[in-house]
Amino acid sequence: MDEILNLAATHFKVPREKLTPDDDFFKTLGIDSLQALDLLTRIENHFRIELPDYELQGVSDFRTLAQRIQSRL
Amino acid sequence: MSERGISEHKGQTLSWLIVNGAIELTLHRDPCNEIGSATLDELELFVRALPELTRHAHALILHSTQPAGFSAGADLRELYQRSQGMEKGAAARGVREFLERIHNVMNTIDALPLTTIAAVHGVTFGGGFELALVCDIMIADRMARFCFPELRLGLIPGFGGIPRLKRDLGNAVVRDLLLTGRSFNVMKAQQVGLVSQIAAEGEALRVARATASQVGKFDRMTAAAAKKFVKPIPYEELQREIDIFCDLYAQPAVEEGLRKFVENEGPQPYLP
Repeated sequence: MDEILNLAATHFKVPREKLTPDDDFFKTLGIDSLQALDLLTRIENHFRIELPDYELQGVSDFRTLAQRIQSRL
Repeated sequence: MSERGISEHKGQTLSWLIVNGAIELTLHRDPCNEIGSATLDELELFVRALPELTRHAHALILHSTQPAGFSAGADLRELYQRSQGMEKGAAARGVREFLERIHNVMNTIDALPLTTIAAVHGVTFGGGFELALVCDIMIADRMARFCFPELRLGLIPGFGGIPRLKRDLGNAVVRDLLLTGRSFNVMKAQQVGLVSQIAAEGEALRVARATASQVGKFDRMTAAAAKKFVKPIPYEELQREIDIFCDLYAQPAVEEGLRKFVENEGPQPYLP
C-alpha cells in the first residue's frame, strides 16, 4: 500500500500525508482517465505485473487498487 | 507551402523537417493528436510532399510532442458532431470517404522505400496505434500504452489496424486485444513482438534518431527491397476492414457509444 501511495504522491506532486488508502484517487489526485492510465503504467512497471485496465472497473480507491495488484503478484 | 517548406513544414496539427537524413514528422495537435479532418488534411499534404522528401532522406520518424502520448486515435467528438443532424446515408458516406482517405495515407507510408520508425510514448490508442503500426520499427518509451478501444464503441479498428496487427502478432494476442479492448504496456508490447526497442521515459525520439542514423549507413535500394520482401501490405484485408467498419457504423449502438463518450464529463472516458 505504501508503495502505491508513494508512487502516486511522487508522480502527481501531491503531499504523501494527504493520501489515505480509502481516498478516491480521481478526486484526491485531481486526475482524468489519461492520467489514470499513466499511473497504471507506473504501477505495472514498478511491480513488474500486467494489470489489464478492465480490472480497474469500479475501482477508485487505493485500497481496492492494492487488492487488484496483489492478485497479479 | 514555400519551396523551403517542401523539406520543412509547420502545420496546425503536424510539422515535418529533415534532420540528419531522416524526415521527422512531428504530431502536435492538442490535446493528444486526435485524428480528425484537420489532421487528415495535413497528413495528405505530407504524403504529397513525400516523393520529393524521400529523395533527400533515408528514414522517416513519426513522433509526438504532446505530453499525454503519441495519439489518442480518431477524433470521436468530431465524428459524433458531424453525424448529428445528417441523414444516415450521408453520414455513412462521409465515414467511408474519410476511411478511404486515411487508408491511402497509411498505405503510402507503409510502402515507402525508406525505413520508417514510430517513436511512441504515452497513449497510443486506436487510430494512433494504427499510425504507429504502419512503420517498420516501433520504439516505445517506458510509459507507452497501447489499445484498440473500438469495441467499446461497437466498432472495430478502421484505419487498417486489424490487418497490420495480424501481420505483426500471433492471432491469439490479436484476439485478446480486440475482444477485450484493454490497454497494455510496453513490456507486454515487447513480449508479443510489437515493440522492438524500449527507451527510457522521454527518450524514444533520441533512440529513434540513433536507429535512423544506423539505418542510413546501408544501401537504400537494398533496404527497400528487403523491407518489401518481409513486410507485405495486406491490401485486400484492408479494404475488407473498411467495409466491415462501415457496416457496423450503421448500427444504433455506435451512435449511442459515441454519444456516451462525447458527453462523458467525468474523469474516465478512456477507461473501459
